[in-house]
Parts: sequence; C-alpha cells; structure tokens
Amino acid sequence: MSEAQEFKYIGQRTIRPDGYDKVTGRAQYGADLSLPGMIWGRTLRSPHAHAKIVSIDTSKAEAHPDVFAVVTFKDFGSVEGESINAGEGAADVLDLARNCLADDKVLYHGHAIAAVAARTERAADDALDLIDVKYEVLSPVMDVEDAMKEGAPVLHEDMFTQGYEETPSTPSNIATRLEMKMGDIEAGFAEADVIVEREFRTPTAHQGYIEPHACTARYDEDGQSMVWCCTQGHFDVRTSTAKLLGLDLSKLKVVASEIGGGFGGKTVVYQEPVALALSRKAGRPVKMVMNRDEVFIATGPTSAAKLKAKVGAKKDGTITAMQGWMAYEAGAFKGSPMMPGVMTMFTPYDCGNVQVEGFDVVVNKSKVAAYRAPGAPQAEFAAEMVVNEVAEKIGMDPIELRLKNAAKEGTQTIYGPKLKTVGLIECLEAARDSDHYKSALADGCGRGIAAGFWFNIGGQSSVSINMNTDGTGTILEGSPDIGGSRASMQMMAAEVLQIEPSNLKPIVADTDSLPYSQGTGGSRVTFATGMAVIEAAEDVVKQIKERAAAIWNVTAEQVDYADGVAINTAGEEKMSLAEVCQAAEKTGGQISGTGNINARGAGPSFAVHLCDTKVDQETGKVDVVRYTAIQDAGKAIHPSYVEGQFQGGAVQGIGWALNEEYIFNDDGVMENPGFLDYRIPLASDLPMIETIIVEVPNSFHPYGVRGVGESGIIPPLAAVGWSVGDAIDRKVEELPCSPPRVLSLIQNG
Amino acid sequence: MAKSHVSTSINGEPVEYLCDPGDTLLDVLRNELQLTGTKEGCGSGDCGACSVTLNGRLVCSCLVLGVEAEGAEVGTIEGVGANDKLHVIQEKFLEHAALQCGVCTPGLIVSTKALLEENPNPTEEEARYYLAGNLCRCTGYDKIIRAVMDAAETMREGA
Ligand code: FES
Ligand code: FES
Repeated sequence: MSEAQEFKYIGQRTIRPDGYDKVTGRAQYGADLSLPGMIWGRTLRSPHAHAKIVSIDTSKAEAHPDVFAVVTFKDFGSVEGESINAGEGAADVLDLARNCLADDKVLYHGHAIAAVAARTERAADDALDLIDVKYEVLSPVMDVEDAMKEGAPVLHEDMFTQGYEETPSTPSNIATRLEMKMGDIEAGFAEADVIVEREFRTPTAHQGYIEPHACTARYDEDGQSMVWCCTQGHFDVRTSTAKLLGLDLSKLKVVASEIGGGFGGKTVVYQEPVALALSRKAGRPVKMVMNRDEVFIATGPTSAAKLKAKVGAKKDGTITAMQGWMAYEAGAFKGSPMMPGVMTMFTPYDCGNVQVEGFDVVVNKSKVAAYRAPGAPQAEFAAEMVVNEVAEKIGMDPIELRLKNAAKEGTQTIYGPKLKTVGLIECLEAARDSDHYKSALADGCGRGIAAGFWFNIGGQSSVSINMNTDGTGTILEGSPDIGGSRASMQMMAAEVLQIEPSNLKPIVADTDSLPYSQGTGGSRVTFATGMAVIEAAEDVVKQIKERAAAIWNVTAEQVDYADGVAINTAGEEKMSLAEVCQAAEKTGGQISGTGNINARGAGPSFAVHLCDTKVDQETGKVDVVRYTAIQDAGKAIHPSYVEGQFQGGAVQGIGWALNEEYIFNDDGVMENPGFLDYRIPLASDLPMIETIIVEVPNSFHPYGVRGVGESGIIPPLAAVGWSVGDAIDRKVEELPCSPPRVLSLIQNG
Repeated sequence: MAKSHVSTSINGEPVEYLCDPGDTLLDVLRNELQLTGTKEGCGSGDCGACSVTLNGRLVCSCLVLGVEAEGAEVGTIEGVGANDKLHVIQEKFLEHAALQCGVCTPGLIVSTKALLEENPNPTEEEARYYLAGNLCRCTGYDKIIRAVMDAAETMREGA
C-alpha cells in the first residue's frame, strides 16, 4: 500500500450503525434475554481464600420446592488437562473447569463451588444457604513474596516450576520462570556513566466493565443447546463450554449479545458452562447474572506485580544496558501475562544489551484474566520510571532521551524479530511539539511522560458479505463489537464496494452462521477482521465483474469497477452494483463474498502520554489537571472511535495509577468488592483527555491499520507516577498513588 | 409471600404490575415489564446504569422498591425520545461518539436530561459533578461531556 492513499469513506466520522439501539435502550446485553419457562441460576462461593473441600451436601437445596437443579464439579463429566484456545491465549481445560466450579480445593475467596437453578433469583439464593460444605481451612498466600518463599503453603501439589534446565522435584507456587536476553548486559552496564535501579509494585486491579457477566442457556431434549452471553469471543465460549460438557461443537450455538465492556476480562468463561449444565439437569432455560461483588471477587482481575528495573546510560544519553526482573500474580491457576511483560518491558528502546527475567506465581486470588495489553502496563511502568530518572540524572529532557534511543524500523527486539515500520519517533516528536508539552507547568504541579509498546495481534477472522437484490448488503462478522467496530467494518467494506456505508448492515453473527473467528482482543478486530471484510468485499467486486461480463458477453478481465459501477472496457455499457445485484437471478444466483483468513503482520502501536498532576500536600489527594494521549493508529478508520480508545485506555491507566486496588484482610477476603470502595475514575475526577492521532501506516494492512485498543493503557502508570513524584519531589515506587500512600511519601520521603 | 399490586405511570402510560415486597423498581422494570433499557451495573447505587426519574427526580432504580412506584410517574430511557425521533441528547451522544460499549449510555442520557431540565446552561464542571454518579469505563468521559455541552447549547437555541 502507498503512504498517501485517497479514501472516499475511510477516515470519516460516520454515525455507528448500532448507535440508535444503544441510545434508546433497545440494544440487548447479556442480562437482557429472557426465554419462556426460564429459571434463575445462582452460585455458591467460597468464604475462604484457601481450603480443602471435605464434603458437599446438596440434598437440602435439592429438596427446596422452588429448586430445579443443583450442579457441582462432578456435573462436568470427565475433563482432562489439555490445552485449548480459550480467549486470549491457551488455557488448561482442567484449570478452566476447576475455576468454574471447584473440585477438591477452593483457592480464593469467591471461588465457585456449586450452583442452583430455581424459579426465582431469590429462591435460588435461599437454596444456596441450604448447601452444606465442610472445609478444612488452609493458610492463604496473598502475594508473590509469600508465595515464592521456601516452605510457603502450596496451592497445587502437582505444580513444578517450568523454565529451569532441571525441573525441581518439589512442588511450589512458581508455575514458570522465563528469561530473555540479548547482547552483553555486564558490558553494557560497564559502559554506563549513570545507572539507576529501583524496585516497584503494582496492585491487583480489575477491568471494571460496567456490565456484570451474564448469560442465558438452553439445553433441549435432542441435545441441541444455545448459550446467549456477553463475551469478547463467542466461538471460544463454544469451545470451552462444549469441552466442559462433552458436546459436539455443532450441537452448541453461542450467540454474542451486545457487550457492556470487557477489556480482556470477558475472554474466558465463568458461568456459561454452569448455566448450561443447570439447564441440562433442569430441562428449562437458565439465566445467570453476577452481582457486582461476584464480578470483583471471582472474575478478572489483572496481576499484581513486583518488579525491578535497572538502566545504564552514557552522559550523552545513549542507553547502554537495560535489565528487568518481575514476578506476576497469576491468581489461583497458572497463566499470568508475565511473558508479554518480559517481552514488552524495554521494547521502546533501541538498546543491544538487555536481560529480563520473569516469574508466573500462583496466589490465593481469583485467576487473572487479560486486561488491555495484558502484562505490559506493569513491566513498562517500571522501565519508564527508571528511564525518566536516568534523564533527570544526566540532565536531559526525557523526550530527547527517548528520541535518542527510540526503537525504529530494524530495531532488534528481545523476543526475536526486528521491528518493521513503527511510529514511536513520530509519537515522541508529536509529544515534544504539542501545546501541552510547550505549556509551562502550573505552580505546585508535576509533569510526567511515558511511552508504551504493544504488539497487537492478527489471527483468524471469518466474514461473509451477502448482497441483496437492491444492491445493499449484510456484513456477517464473528468478532463481538465492544466499542464501535461495526462502524469500521461498514466503512472498510464501503470503501472497497464504493457504495455508501449505510447501504451495508454489519452484524455479529452467531457460531452457527460463520466459521470460527477469534475473539475481540489483542487489538485485532479493526486490523484482522477488517482485512477479512476487505477480502470478502473484494470477492463481491470480483463476482460483480463476472456477472456484468456474462451479461455483456465479454471476459471478466474486460470489466472495470469504479465508484460502485461496473464498466465494459470493450464497449460502452455500464451497470451499477445495484443493477448487477438485481440481475443476479439471471446470471447464476445471488452474490455473496467470503473472507476467511488468518491475518499475519499485525502492526505494533506505540503510545506516548503527557500528564500534569496537582497534589494536595495536606491530604495527599492527586488531581490530574492536564492529560494528552498520543498514539500511532497506522490509519484511523473512524477517528472518533480511535480517539475514544486512546481516551478510555488513558483513563483506565489513570485509575490504576491513582486509586484502584484490591484490599484484602488477613484471611485473604477482599474488603472492597464494590464501586464505592474500589474507585474507578468518575467524570468529576478528570479533565478532557487531549488526543493526537499519529498515522504511520502498517504495510501489512491494505489501508495501513494498526490496532489501537491496548497501547493506551500502558503509559499512564508511569506518566501519572512520575508526575506525582515530580509534584512532591519524591520517587514513586508503588501504585496506586492513593491519598494515604502519597501523604506518607510527602511526610516520610 | 403475597405480591403487591401497584398502579403507576411509566413514560406517561398507565401501568399495573404485581411485585414482591423485596423487588426493586429496577427488577420490576427489567424482569416484569421487559423494559430492559435500564441497566444494572451494581445494584447498590454506585454506578448510575439504572438511572430513571421518579416524579421528575433522578434516582437509582436499584435503590427504589417496586411498591414505591405506586401512584408515581416513572421516566425511563424508553421514554426519552418521542415518536421515532431521537431526543437531542441522544443525537448528540451519537454525533460525538460518546459511547463505546453503550451499557452506561441509557443511564447517562436519563441523567443528562435531568441535568439539563434543572440547569439548561451548565458549566463543564457542573456537568461533570452532576454526572459523577454515572460510571463509564470505556470512554474516559471526554466525548460524553462534549455531547452533553453540545446538547445543552442546541436545546437552549431551540428553546
Ligand atoms: S445498578 Fe443502580 S446504581 Fe448501579
Ligand atoms: S461506553 Fe462502556 S461503560 Fe460507558
């Protein structure tokens, strides 16, 4: 693709096609489907953070007059440990099953143990109290330090650390150890004039989507079944649910409802297999909707982490060595995003001497789920804080220092490939030249800057475009639309077909209607599903040409297609797309294009953020007074929704940096499982979030698209953290910068 | 337990329903009356997804009992637009791309309407504080506030 493509529709700010339903309340989300004869499912959850289950007696609950069914782990049938694609990355089926309903052990406060289906939600809740579970309570391990200690209580007797040359013979809580390196780290530090080394901590934080997990499941007499749910990947829900219940994929239809936020947290199943198991037993459709406290204690969150970063540089600002160490909490089952943490930590820098070591550690908290650029915000927080300190030490502007060392095309990454064209330098220059950076800092304020890198992914997407006889069409895609992606699909198809976007209706089709599509995650949809849409639309154009050729009695090669019109280059005739569609009956039947792809060549997206904060010296309260998010979109298909991704990511990062954290008591019980005490940013907490869209095209996408959904959550942690430190003349090492923590920094240094 | 019979008015239409004494107005709207435009994000008054008006006052319907609607006038998202025409606030939310997932949107639109009825000319700060009870996790509020300010201006011009 060329750098200066002219577009007819791409880049406009159209009204999203699903918008009317959403502003009128018509749109149906996870909890909004009710079926005839439907009953309600509720979940019994562990009051303990770590305990053996001695026995479960459900007989009294089963005898309750309003109860139709009770299920426990045993109702999953025979599941074995095997790896399946369950959302963002592989998951072990047995772990998945044991997370949905505990087997012989509960591993966190809130761990599901049994579920009841009853005539009403209240009756189901009452029946939960009738289930008698006997526990043998064990001591919980609540952070990586305790969990990694010799002699710590072990969560899984069969877990032996992977990643050492010799696998240890005693079980531990360390699932995996990983090291990546390049160059000569010792020599790099020896060359340095300045070395900064610090240790950091980030808290357990939740994705915080406003819509709780919800589903309605129906299992029919003939074994056909249906699950309606809010998910980022309904095909993956089908895989997981079918595995746990022993069903053929063809027997299970999963319908993706509208989804009220996910940010990675709705890529895995919690209730879906349970609801279907209940329906199978009860012979009735079953609806399950989590309460907010269940969302906090039993879903998400992202890993709390302990990290170290060490960076060496010459006086002229050349970075000579970068070293990192990190331990990420996985929650109750292995699989934290430590690996992407290791991979991304220093990728914004073109430095040849790098070494990073990471540990994936199980603790007695709910199993972590993906959260926007999973693993990167924690690792890059540590790296960016230390890079800022290096700049401070050598007396160099932090943007200049980054420009001097910025990763660019050809930069060797620690994880293997060299970077292709990327836009970090352009983002840094835009930051340097921004009104924000040029404006003087107000009295008593601090300023922070940080960069962020995320790979983005491609993957499998399946799309059909069915043309109607009047020349309009329907786009069937398999990626749930979490933030307006149907608008982008519509625009990309319109660009290829050269017809008004509103003539194309994009819908998220169920699992019966399309081949497998990976879920919405990894910032892949506009890139990969967009490529599938383009391919399907090109397939339609090809058929339009063939049909027109048949009518004109020429070859398809002799037909051109421009501005929505087929043109006979061997004669005078022209036919619009609508006319060719109208005539389809006579030229071989209806027209339908397909694009079933496995997209490669996702373009990484770099982001650079600027943050000014003001700190109340007496209370430690931090206010963000100005914020600018700059990011490389490759090509912004719908600029408003690109800006929206930058802003949303920035504000989630601001919340993570300033307020959000799980608070546990000594028994491992979460004490703040609600929006009042787990405080996500409110409208009154924030200024406008300024945005600058940088466009350095990704050569692998026909229109240059890079994913934009994730990088924006990475820089805020250090941009805010550094800014707060700057305002109070201290070094922040622990997030969140909540009032008590900031006050103690001010008072005690 | 015996159900209570409630006569009320929803979006200007008379409605009768039976509900348990413990049912919230939100439960009744969503589960009895199938008015699922009003959303539940927390059930504890902290997110504003369930915002409705009760006798003209903005409330969290998860904190109101179904029986409390007896003889009252309830306003929900389903009643904001009229006769196949979007309300200005709804139009502005679309124009400004003030929604991503959209689950907070019904509550925010109901709250914005209440705000602009009380104060047709709010400052940005007043709007931000009035809407502080409506959580949005997707947008960072920037585009929502722009939509609200634009709607206020358009409504003032039209008034
Ligand atoms: S559901 Fe009522 S305030 Fe959240
Ligand atoms: S648009 Fe998703 S919560 Fe507001």
